[in-house]
Amino acid sequence: MKRRTFLQATAVLAAPAIARADAAAIKVGVLAPLTGVVAAGGKEMVDGVKLYVEQSGGKIADRPVQLVVEDDGANPDVALQKARRLVEQEKVDFLIGDLLANTGLAVANYVKGNGMPYFIPIIAADDLTQRARIPNVIRVAGYSASQFSHPFGDWAAKQGYKRAVTISQDYTFGHEQCGGFAQVFTESGGQITQQFWHPLNTADFSPYLGQIAELKPDAVFFMETGADATRLIQQASSFGLKDQTKLIGCMNATDQSVIRTMNGEADGIVAAAHFAEGADIPATQAFVKAYESKYQVIPSLYGFSMYSGIMWVAKALETVGGRTDDRDAFLAAVLKTKLDGSPLGKTVSLDSYGNPIYDVYIRTVKKRADGKYWNVPTQTYPNVSQFWTYDPVTYMQQPPYSRSFQGIKKS
Amino acid sequence: MLADRRFAGIAVAVLIAAALLPFVLPTYETNLAIEVLIFALLAMSIDLLAGYAGRTSLGHGAIFGIATYVAIYCATQQGVPALAAFILGVIGATLLAALFGLLATRTSGVYFLLLTLALGMIVWGVCLRWTTVTGGENGMRGTIRPAFLADRAHLYWFTLAITAAAVFLMWRFVHSAFGLTLRGIRDSNSRMRALGYDVSLHLLLGFTISGFFAGVAGALYAFFNDFVSPTAVALPQSVSGLLMAIVGGIGTLFGGLIGSALLVLLRDVVSSYTERWQSVLGLTFILIMILLPEGIIGGLRRLTARRTKGVQT
Repeated sequence: MKRRTFLQATAVLAAPAIARADAAAIKVGVLAPLTGVVAAGGKEMVDGVKLYVEQSGGKIADRPVQLVVEDDGANPDVALQKARRLVEQEKVDFLIGDLLANTGLAVANYVKGNGMPYFIPIIAADDLTQRARIPNVIRVAGYSASQFSHPFGDWAAKQGYKRAVTISQDYTFGHEQCGGFAQVFTESGGQITQQFWHPLNTADFSPYLGQIAELKPDAVFFMETGADATRLIQQASSFGLKDQTKLIGCMNATDQSVIRTMNGEADGIVAAAHFAEGADIPATQAFVKAYESKYQVIPSLYGFSMYSGIMWVAKALETVGGRTDDRDAFLAAVLKTKLDGSPLGKTVSLDSYGNPIYDVYIRTVKKRADGKYWNVPTQTYPNVSQFWTYDPVTYMQQPPYSRSFQGIKKS
Repeated sequence: MLADRRFAGIAVAVLIAAALLPFVLPTYETNLAIEVLIFALLAMSIDLLAGYAGRTSLGHGAIFGIATYVAIYCATQQGVPALAAFILGVIGATLLAALFGLLATRTSGVYFLLLTLALGMIVWGVCLRWTTVTGGENGMRGTIRPAFLADRAHLYWFTLAITAAAVFLMWRFVHSAFGLTLRGIRDSNSRMRALGYDVSLHLLLGFTISGFFAGVAGALYAFFNDFVSPTAVALPQSVSGLLMAIVGGIGTLFGGLIGSALLVLLRDVVSSYTERWQSVLGLTFILIMILLPEGIIGGLRRLTARRTKGVQT
């Protein structure tokens, strides 16, 4: 124990020296899955952060930035291990990143105990900014899973779709996105005929596609990420389902990371999202151009979110003079920050639960002039929070969306 | 006699040195040391079967992880006190091991390997899909450690004490008369049967006892991580435990400790430098298997044996 008291004593003595040394580097712990099933997305996450740091001359709030990138292996145990290393060995000033919900939840549970600020631009698990909120975990420039499927349910009902089916990967992210859609769609007069849940990494969708065709729905809401999204769109397209019914997807299903791997099979698919790389907004196009010239691809959700996320933290740090040692002030500044320089081209702020409020686009996959496909907005729902039009307190009294609870209104 | 005393002396010296680690290591390295101990226990429990009974299991990761699941479930969902949850975790794992044993010990060789693999996959599937209880792929979280283990150094000493006790028990076990019967079964199933031993009962007991130690490791893992998800019971967990045992030396017991230290530290160091760390690890294992096919301890034993022989002639 003696050693510990000694360290505490020296820390107190050294504190003024640290405060003066404001030119010391800000150490940023970046967690991303660089190996494993979602490694492609993980690489773009790191690219997004690097692009921002490079554009801002390697500095945040006049302090040089040092990025410490760790591979979370798309595995919660590894993510936890790496978070420990970044916090305890590298002594980073804050953590940002992780892609899969289970990795993010593991790290969030760890930082809950030590107060380390942890920013999650990609982790969408609803409850992290709802029922199980942790004050030092903030979803800067991210979104909660059901946030965009709420307005999408409303949009679908207004298109005159009466009967819809959902097909989704069978895990929490899918349950939450489908739940958001199903709840609002049924409350607006629509009907969910059936919900299909399939395991992650389904190679053959034909059994599902056959059943869906039998049901003859007006619309099919599909919640797929990565290779599953590519396969479902390709197979639905060659099966003819895409012509029979309206395919509408979650934002991940028509994200750049998916549609850039295809030859236009995704053309015309509609999704709801806060970001549309094809939006005719100067800030968006400037970002797309910068990203494309550096990495030779149109930015995906991952690159965009991490770029905007680190920008958000940087703006907040500028208001507190780059001081990361006063964590309460730092976190308060992040919560207060209204981000106006992001690729979205409009001001974004957080709700009091640490989740951003966005203008949500209804966007369609279209061909760009050079033959590549991207998402172009056609309609906007302004100021959508994670609670849609519900009262936050009442909303959080209903159970979180799951396979067994989809918020479907009994008609 | 003399060798025994020398061995006990070395063991005590190692234990004292290990107990002093938190005084010299920063928190993160202390955490790594805890992880090394936990996985050493898992690797040794696998070696207990693979090295002494000749049955290589690919289901021990699941047994390990079930202890973690039960401990965390009891502590976070049912409000069971931490130490009771720890014990329930170990009991859960032991029962699961007994069940695995009932089904798997009828077989040997590659069939045993495949059957334990399949049983482990079932456990993984249940943990992944039984969302209402296990939390699905997101798993379960919470602070489950009792207050006196909140400090990482305390947790280290707790882990060290339990690991040391478990290692002592395992060492006694493999040198006991019962342990000898397992070795007999490994060498000749039919001869042991002809001598009047109930081979399947012995194997079942051996499997259950081995599972008990894997369960202790798993329950410690619950305290270490405060978190569990299906990766804790997944196949890679079994494989890495087996790999540690093989790298250290099958049938040496203490090889598990060497293997675990090597694997955990190598992964930690290499993965900080390159995202191709898995390739580096793979190459390392290939080299070890080519140069030291009996594992590190086995290889060292062969070298020392050769040298003593050289002196004698």
